Amino acid sequence: MELIDLTLIWVGIIGLGIFMYVLMDGFDLGVGILFPFAPSDDCRDAMMNSVAPVWDGNETWLILGGAGLLAAFPMIYAVFLPALYLGVFLLLAGLIFRGIAFEFRFKANARRYWWDRAFFGGSTAASFAQGAVVGAYIQGFETDGFSYVGGAFDWLTPFTVMTGLGVVAGYALLGATWTILKTEGRTQEWAYRLAPRLLLTVLGFFLLVSMWTPLTNERVLDRWLDNVHWLWLFPTLTVALAGWVMRRLRQRAEVTPFLGCMGLFAMFYLGLLISQWPYAVPPDHTFWDAASDPGSQLFLLIGILFLIPVILVYTAWTYWVFRGKVDGSGYGH
Amino acid sequence: MELDPLLLSRIQFAFVVSFHAIFPVFTIGLASYIAVLESIAFKTGDPVYQKLSQFWIKIFAIVFGMGVVSGIVMAFQFGTNWSVFAYTSANFLGPVLSYEVVTAFFLEATFLGVLLFGRNKVPPGLHLFAACMVAIGTFISSFWILAANSWMHTPAGVEMRDGVIHMTSWTQAIFNSSLPYRFAHMALASFITGGFVVAGVSAWYLLSGRNPRSSRKALKMCVIMLAMASPLQLLVGDLHGLNTFENQPMKVAAMEGHWETKKGAPLILFAIPDAENETNHFEVKIPKLASLVLTHSLDGEVPGLLEVPAEDRPPVGPVFWSFRIMVGLGLLFIAVSLFSAFKLWQGRLFESKGLLRVLSWMIPLPFVAVLSGWFVTEIGRQPWIIYGMLRIEDAVTPSLTGWMALVSLLGYIAVYAVVFSAGVVYLRRVIITGLDPIDERGDDESARPKRPWSAVPADLVEPPALKPEA
Repeated sequence: MELIDLTLIWVGIIGLGIFMYVLMDGFDLGVGILFPFAPSDDCRDAMMNSVAPVWDGNETWLILGGAGLLAAFPMIYAVFLPALYLGVFLLLAGLIFRGIAFEFRFKANARRYWWDRAFFGGSTAASFAQGAVVGAYIQGFETDGFSYVGGAFDWLTPFTVMTGLGVVAGYALLGATWTILKTEGRTQEWAYRLAPRLLLTVLGFFLLVSMWTPLTNERVLDRWLDNVHWLWLFPTLTVALAGWVMRRLRQRAEVTPFLGCMGLFAMFYLGLLISQWPYAVPPDHTFWDAASDPGSQLFLLIGILFLIPVILVYTAWTYWVFRGKVDGSGYGH
Repeated sequence: MELDPLLLSRIQFAFVVSFHAIFPVFTIGLASYIAVLESIAFKTGDPVYQKLSQFWIKIFAIVFGMGVVSGIVMAFQFGTNWSVFAYTSANFLGPVLSYEVVTAFFLEATFLGVLLFGRNKVPPGLHLFAACMVAIGTFISSFWILAANSWMHTPAGVEMRDGVIHMTSWTQAIFNSSLPYRFAHMALASFITGGFVVAGVSAWYLLSGRNPRSSRKALKMCVIMLAMASPLQLLVGDLHGLNTFENQPMKVAAMEGHWETKKGAPLILFAIPDAENETNHFEVKIPKLASLVLTHSLDGEVPGLLEVPAEDRPPVGPVFWSFRIMVGLGLLFIAVSLFSAFKLWQGRLFESKGLLRVLSWMIPLPFVAVLSGWFVTEIGRQPWIIYGMLRIEDAVTPSLTGWMALVSLLGYIAVYAVVFSAGVVYLRRVIITGLDPIDERGDDESARPKRPWSAVPADLVEPPALKPEA
């Protein structure tokens, strides 16, 4: 008998890794999505300066997510990536273009407009692709053994287009509240005007997904109807939290809207996991089916348990070093 | 025309990994060089070393940035195109690649920020520490990725059950028999690549009469290092080859162009291998030398490609030619670095215009040599993806169709063309602009994010006017 369930621990670790990625790259992708709508070039400079020192570290969590899935849940890795083949290409091309745009925008004066476009397009494409991955996960995959056997565009349905757009809106909301936190003056004022509208849009998508999912998916419907008592806590909390964020935005609070939106993402994320639990590759395969050997999970766990806290300390330190407001003229570096 | 997803996936992997590989192979060597420069500057306080370090950090930032961007792609290639391979080998490759992320990538990313932007924000000792951490991080990273790669050539510590690899020994699997040679060969290649690039740029500055003091120091350091590393690489490469001869004899047979198993096999200098007729044309050979090199006996037996059926042989031509390009360039590196060291010893290196010109032409060659070396080892492993355990045609993603693979391949080519041209234009401008003057410059920088490529001042991308190159 196993004293501890390694697979369950790994669900927690991978879950945390993906959530860290969604939160951290979420707001800097969001800044990219909002980029062309900012009132002036100075505002855009300030927005880019606010994420420039940290976005690279944020994206490292995506690589950890990829490698971690291969290590702990190889079946997820070996089914999701083939199933999302063209979506993954869209995601990577988007991340590459926004990455270069970051670097060249500040130097390419004459062609700055071109890099603005690349930053916006790359960020939006990458965010949409990530949302479509979430939708495809809810939708499920056609598998035979450990292989994907569906078609090239099974992942691209009206439902996944909606989840894709939902994530674009969600990241834009994170980006807007981050902009409120990190900027002043005109940029901040603009973000204050934008954030409530984005919040309502995100809630709209949340409502749509929440209704659409159980209607297309009997298992999810049964789950929500069978566990009436406590499961409904999540949507209730989500709406209450959204209301609170809205109030704080009206009160011109700077920090709490961002934190509140991170809380909203946590709610969406937990709600999704609870709806899908225990399926790693719906509709047939659980996390335990998808798991690697216990020996492999343990071998990596020993190192991870020590290293992740160290990495979190690094990360917190970086954010501390670059704390405070930014403006269009950088950090006076 | 029928599009073959297997062939297209192989081309795509070869393309994205070759594109990626040229960046780390340079940054591993350069990171160590920067750490050395920073150490000397810290100890002696000599501003020349600090200026040199500042200059090479700018180059490092650009190249490292391109390596990062193309590296993210690599994290997903196994899943998108080689899902059966990924699933089969996940029990080993998953933890190894994850350890690379948590022990190296985060270390590099964090301390790179301090190295690039922290010079005036942290105490000098901490800045030096950051330089060392980045250098160490690049080595930790190459250790893990080469452990994974070497295991695909010389798998150990695992058993195949129900089509999936299961671990029997982590130590045997990680420290598999080809890892020490591959790691040493690759580490030296990185030093040689970094050395020739720094030497070439310094030589170019000396020829054009710019930054003479710092360029002399840099060139001297590189020539001394190269005079040791280049010959040593011949020895390490030979040992690596002997290890391959033991574990993957068909790869060596393709490298040498040997079809028939022979006692006292000749060393073929030149030939045109003909896989269809299983023979060579226009052979130029030295009798018995291959047996001597590989078995240390004039009459030692060297197995030929005909030992195995045609479908189990690697493609002979590409392996044979890549091997000759690599070895040829390696010999050229030895000649140039020893001759430069001789001139340095004579005290005439900095005045030897011809030699300086040759050194500046050498810059692209180490990259060609490294890619040729990778072609030898990777194409030589065919038709296996995990040698002796999993064939390449059984490893490809089953749901992948030809047109999907074609779309992504063309897409990567287009994206990388943009990244590469932008990067090259940018590097060229940094080099043309040259080092900061030795006297201290004011803190005049502004509107600049704290990101790798942004360590390069803004005015470099759009030079004020097309000044004549000094």
